[in-house]
Amino acid sequence: MTGTIVKSNERKLTIARSMAEALAQEMRIDPTVFVMGEDIGTLGGVYGNTRGLIEEFGPERVRDTPISETGFIGAAVGAAQDGMRPVVELMFVDFFGVCFDAIYNLMAKNIYFSGGHLKVPMVLMTSTGGGYSDGGQHSQCLYGTFAHLPGMKVVAPSNAYDAKGLMTAALRDDSPVVYMYHKGLQGMGWLGTEPGATVHVPEDSYTVEIGKAKVVREGRDVTIVSLGIGVHHALKAADTLAQQNVSAEVVDLRSLVPLDRDTIRASVAKTGRLIVVDEDYHSFGVSAEVIASVVEHDLSVLKAAPVRVAYPDVPIPYARVMEQFCLPSPAKIVAAWAQMAA
Amino acid sequence: MTPSRDELAWMYRNMVLSRRLEETISKIYFEGKTPVFNMANGPIPGEMHLSNGQEPVAVGVCAHLTAEDIVTATHRPHHQAIAKGVDLDAMVAEIFGKATGLSGGRGGHMHLFDPKVNFACSGIIAQGLGPAVGAALSRKLRGLPGVAVAFLGDGAANQGAFHEAMNLAAVWKLPFVCVIEDNSWGISVPKSASTAVARNDVRAAAYGIPGHYVAGNDPLAIYEVAGEAIARARAGAGPTLIECETYRLAGHFMGDAEGYRPKGEKEALFAADPIPKMRARLLAEFGFSEDELVAAEGAAADRVAAAIRFARDSADPRPEDALTAVFA
Repeated sequence: MTGTIVKSNERKLTIARSMAEALAQEMRIDPTVFVMGEDIGTLGGVYGNTRGLIEEFGPERVRDTPISETGFIGAAVGAAQDGMRPVVELMFVDFFGVCFDAIYNLMAKNIYFSGGHLKVPMVLMTSTGGGYSDGGQHSQCLYGTFAHLPGMKVVAPSNAYDAKGLMTAALRDDSPVVYMYHKGLQGMGWLGTEPGATVHVPEDSYTVEIGKAKVVREGRDVTIVSLGIGVHHALKAADTLAQQNVSAEVVDLRSLVPLDRDTIRASVAKTGRLIVVDEDYHSFGVSAEVIASVVEHDLSVLKAAPVRVAYPDVPIPYARVMEQFCLPSPAKIVAAWAQMAA
Repeated sequence: MTPSRDELAWMYRNMVLSRRLEETISKIYFEGKTPVFNMANGPIPGEMHLSNGQEPVAVGVCAHLTAEDIVTATHRPHHQAIAKGVDLDAMVAEIFGKATGLSGGRGGHMHLFDPKVNFACSGIIAQGLGPAVGAALSRKLRGLPGVAVAFLGDGAANQGAFHEAMNLAAVWKLPFVCVIEDNSWGISVPKSASTAVARNDVRAAAYGIPGHYVAGNDPLAIYEVAGEAIARARAGAGPTLIECETYRLAGHFMGDAEGYRPKGEKEALFAADPIPKMRARLLAEFGFSEDELVAAEGAAADRVAAAIRFARDSADPRPEDALTAVFA
């Protein structure tokens, strides 16, 4: 799905491993890069994305923090302004409630408040997503919440190749980058894992440009735009639709800020139909923004009203049957096509 | 630790400079805002938080700092910015919202950033602490010199961010000093009604670090205590918490009717104005001459007048430049 043909002997990595590899490679060449967060040291991160770092770089540069998100994210802002390139982990994006001031009033605004005289080169890694019955405070995506507020770049990889390249790009960016990785794609068996996220990852360092979406499957009849785990739902739905002689194009946004509106528009101009798949809440979010990108640009390309497959506007329930009822799925995307084509 | 004659002159000059600037601002602020007070009008729109009365804390602490040290300030930052050596012309132009301001008019008076002297602000209570602690961590990790000082008001010590940042600075033994300006009011709520301890220095015990309370709004006493704390931080011995008694001579913001003040409080505060007190001591105890002080006061007035002129003469930003400098 990265466009490369994977030979059987080529190395495949999970997203967790590819994130850790990008961090390690950049820490080797840039002494200002360091990592802070809860359980990112000895444990290697709850989601494995800092595994092996403390052994190579030691506890000064791979720094377990107290459970003080306001304190250490605020500290990362100060360190970034002072010439470091901190990487901080917010263990669950749901925890942003205790530290959002440091994120959106400091991290995201200090470049602007300085008139561009300051750089704030930091990466905020945070896990997103549900599907494993972790309840309403440990399962959200909140993509739209972060992408809505100016001053932060936002990326959300769907596979290990992009995960490594986006991480390297984020680490080299002079502006703050929020790096939102989906728990269901991490390759941690205990969370249940989407196998499509584990792909070939080159050993050498490389970047994936922030702000560039990618057409991961070409098609003629409908464009399915998504990000993170939704891309895998979209690809599965496209397989099903192909059996019905419907040719679906799948666009992986990869970045939310900047949003690659050109790629979205070009795809919809070709297919004339748009389905947006988003595990974040339905209203006021990414799905609306994607649709607006098309309709405010050129309404005439649309052959049908766009459809959203998103999380209903309710807190995320615990009971498995309830949560699964709410989550986007390949079947819901196929149903969205049926609604659109009717 | 006693300040040298040069340091005393520097402290007095900066106290007077800050006061003169704020007196001037407070007159200009009402241009266009009478007879009907509308905060949006006049050459200086928006909220205006004056620091007059609190100058001793800024100079007593910043006398020990150089440009490479870091200061984070609050929504009430003028005296600290001046004492830290922020470019006065660019600072005043920022307060006027001009293109020549520190951020070209994007920040305003609560968001003064001057990276050349490592000065930053946050208008959110207690949120300057995290960045100061992080800058201290940056210096420690790189083995570079420099101490970070976070200024905050006494009300900020009741914020969660205060606790998190203090614990972080202490557990990592960072070159950091927290300076609380205790002006005894959080807008209209007295410290006695908001804070479970009479003095915040006792909270240092919670972090296993030294805590000091400096009474009297006395620049020399603040100089002494801050000097020890900053030297301690420079020596790698970790952070210190200092609370300084001070007075806010103005309201929380300009236009504040200050109905919450007990009768007679303002008169007592002005009677205890730290600038005439310092002036008298310089004459009586430190061998300064009347001529010297008059010259310093005249120089401060001239400097303020020049900065105000610079700001007034500067062009407004191009409106469309609002859309730039979001990212580095």
